Amino acid sequence: MNFDLTEDRRMLSDTLTRYLADRYAIGDRSRTAYAAPFHDPDRWTELAELGMAGALVPETAGGFGGTGFDIAVLFEALGRALCPEPFLGTLLASRLMLAADADQAQLISGARRFAVGLAEIDAPYDIGHIASTARRTGDGYCLTGRKTAVYGGQAADEFLLVALLDGAPAVFRADAAAVTVVGYGMIDGGGAAEVLMEDSPATLLLDNATAAITGAVTAGRLALCAEAVGAMDAAYAILLDYLKTRKQFGVVIGSFQALQHRTVDLLMEIEQARSITIAAAAALDGPDAALKSAMAKTLIGRAARLVAEETIQIHGGIAMTWDYAASHYAKRLIMLDHQLGDTDHCLDEVMQSYTA
Amino acid sequence: MDLTFTDHERAFQTEVRDFLATNLPAHITAAVRAGVELPREIYQEWHELLGRKGWLGATWPREYGGPGWTPVERYIFDVECSRANAPRVVAFGPHMLGPVIIEFGNDRQKAEILPRILSGEDWWAQGYSEPGAGSDLASLRTRADRDGDHYILNGQKTWTTLGQHANRIFCLVRTTQGGKPQEGISFVLADIDTPGIEVRPIRLIEGGHEVNEVFFDNVRVPVDNLVGEENKGWTIAKFLLTHERTNIAGVGISMQALDELKALARRMRRKGRPLIEDPLFAARIARVETDLEAMKITNLRMLFRAQKQGHPGPETSILKIKGTLVNQELRDLARRALGPLAAPFPGSVGETNLMFGPENSETNAATYFNNRKTSIFGGSNEIQRNILTKTMLGL
Repeated sequence: MNFDLTEDRRMLSDTLTRYLADRYAIGDRSRTAYAAPFHDPDRWTELAELGMAGALVPETAGGFGGTGFDIAVLFEALGRALCPEPFLGTLLASRLMLAADADQAQLISGARRFAVGLAEIDAPYDIGHIASTARRTGDGYCLTGRKTAVYGGQAADEFLLVALLDGAPAVFRADAAAVTVVGYGMIDGGGAAEVLMEDSPATLLLDNATAAITGAVTAGRLALCAEAVGAMDAAYAILLDYLKTRKQFGVVIGSFQALQHRTVDLLMEIEQARSITIAAAAALDGPDAALKSAMAKTLIGRAARLVAEETIQIHGGIAMTWDYAASHYAKRLIMLDHQLGDTDHCLDEVMQSYTA
Repeated sequence: MDLTFTDHERAFQTEVRDFLATNLPAHITAAVRAGVELPREIYQEWHELLGRKGWLGATWPREYGGPGWTPVERYIFDVECSRANAPRVVAFGPHMLGPVIIEFGNDRQKAEILPRILSGEDWWAQGYSEPGAGSDLASLRTRADRDGDHYILNGQKTWTTLGQHANRIFCLVRTTQGGKPQEGISFVLADIDTPGIEVRPIRLIEGGHEVNEVFFDNVRVPVDNLVGEENKGWTIAKFLLTHERTNIAGVGISMQALDELKALARRMRRKGRPLIEDPLFAARIARVETDLEAMKITNLRMLFRAQKQGHPGPETSILKIKGTLVNQELRDLARRALGPLAAPFPGSVGETNLMFGPENSETNAATYFNNRKTSIFGGSNEIQRNILTKTMLGL
């Protein structure tokens, strides 16, 4: 048993944390996160040069990481800085390409930005529900349908898109130019896109892809959980500082037991969130991966909402303002529950394990 | 990051498992499973079993007859005992007084007291709380006035768990009046059969006799029974509040309760299917199972830290709060799973062969009510939050 990070991962975390603290101070971050293209292409390239995309990819595929703890360390640092760069799409793409044994050199170098179209608009959490279809053409395929909530899609060079091929889910590659991309910014910063396919040319990456898609979503959930842990840590630190400095009725508000006990409850839930994320990271390449990441995502959906709402409430009005960092952490903590299955959806997946 | 036990720890786990499988008698596990109040003899048999194996003073160093376990080994031992339906060890001698004597006692006290704990000869009770001193323990008023070589004890202790079985009691008493409440408190030992001590039962919410009041009326106790320095008893009280609390979450007990809950929810039916497939009920099980899963890792992380630092930190209060919340939720669900079958008052039915629900379910509601105590005793969950406020929040 050892809960210390390895030397390599500590260095990865330190490097990334230093870089993000330097380049994504909260004011800079908000300017980047809320104006098209909702990320910074130059910094994306720098992050890739620092090895951050490669850290998501196993050595067998040309990277130098790819384990649950590599993913967790990286996304925790991203969460702490509210970094809007499109790493979630990169991770999802990397897992699908790994399943297809595809070359990931351009993903690792950052030369090409990938985004993944999984969800469909009328049942966005249900990865088994796919209406988009693929049609064989002479030398390839054409896709028709609409992909929704394609994270990083507003700035992607290439898409991996899920569509039915002969009734079974398959993953296709399509250049951004081959589809219609309707990009948008998100309320918690960063961007996504709707991807419209109208007989759009594509190549097949993987057929009968259900297991690979589940695996990608599992890794994506772990990443979001780790990101939430980083964001919760940061929000909690801001709150603690405020409790020690803000005075009302002639005393610091941290002297009020009504606030102390509620803050302790946040501390406990953050520790529980950290623990379940560790459990999901440790399980990522094993038979319990999907169950543990569903457990993590359902717990973190609850914990993140509590931390977000209580951080605002305990602060008071100041945390309602755009210029105060806690408000941005609160938005991210609430909205990441909307990605890849919310707390109820993931709870239901845990419940399914009871049905023999 | 590595969540697995070492080879040595896994071997130890197997050793504990094998020992329990071979030596823990069926009548004991049956009584534990049934959830009934255990008689003194069962605790005694269990303590003697562990005493002979050298496993009773789980936190004691080897030189005092303990097994010299690491925090992780103690955790493994606790979990395995719960999983095997062993009774809990009555903590007052082995887990509380023993470590106090090792830390604060003189040589004579060590030689006299420690072996008698390990052999099961002495059953110790805890004289801490008073009617006017619960969470505010330092406001205790039971006094010990010096009279030559003796203290004269007068006052009242309460919530004395299993005191009806005890032959000795350790008490926090006031040896100096005035000053700060924490000053002037001493840690004193007494034989229960000393004239002037009277133990009276308190009947608890579910009807059981688990706790007692203990009255002291001019009780003469030799000054030699003082542990540590006079007026420094609060130091000992604080030592016990933070000592070896890494297993306070009761992970093993909750794992066992979860398994039993799932078995019960598979057996009971609702709307033509097993209760465990009812969405509302399954959602509550899934939520508490997830919390327990996280708590296991939280517990292991704190064990790891305790092992590295040599002592557990204040964050163990998190384990107390979470552990009791998870356990109480499991008891709530088990009670609900039975529906109206949970209602019969144990022992009220009279002689019959009729079963009023699945096996061992008749004590279910009683266990739920009894377990409301866990978030109150040992420093209520609100006191734990106060501790965390000071230590972890720095407020």
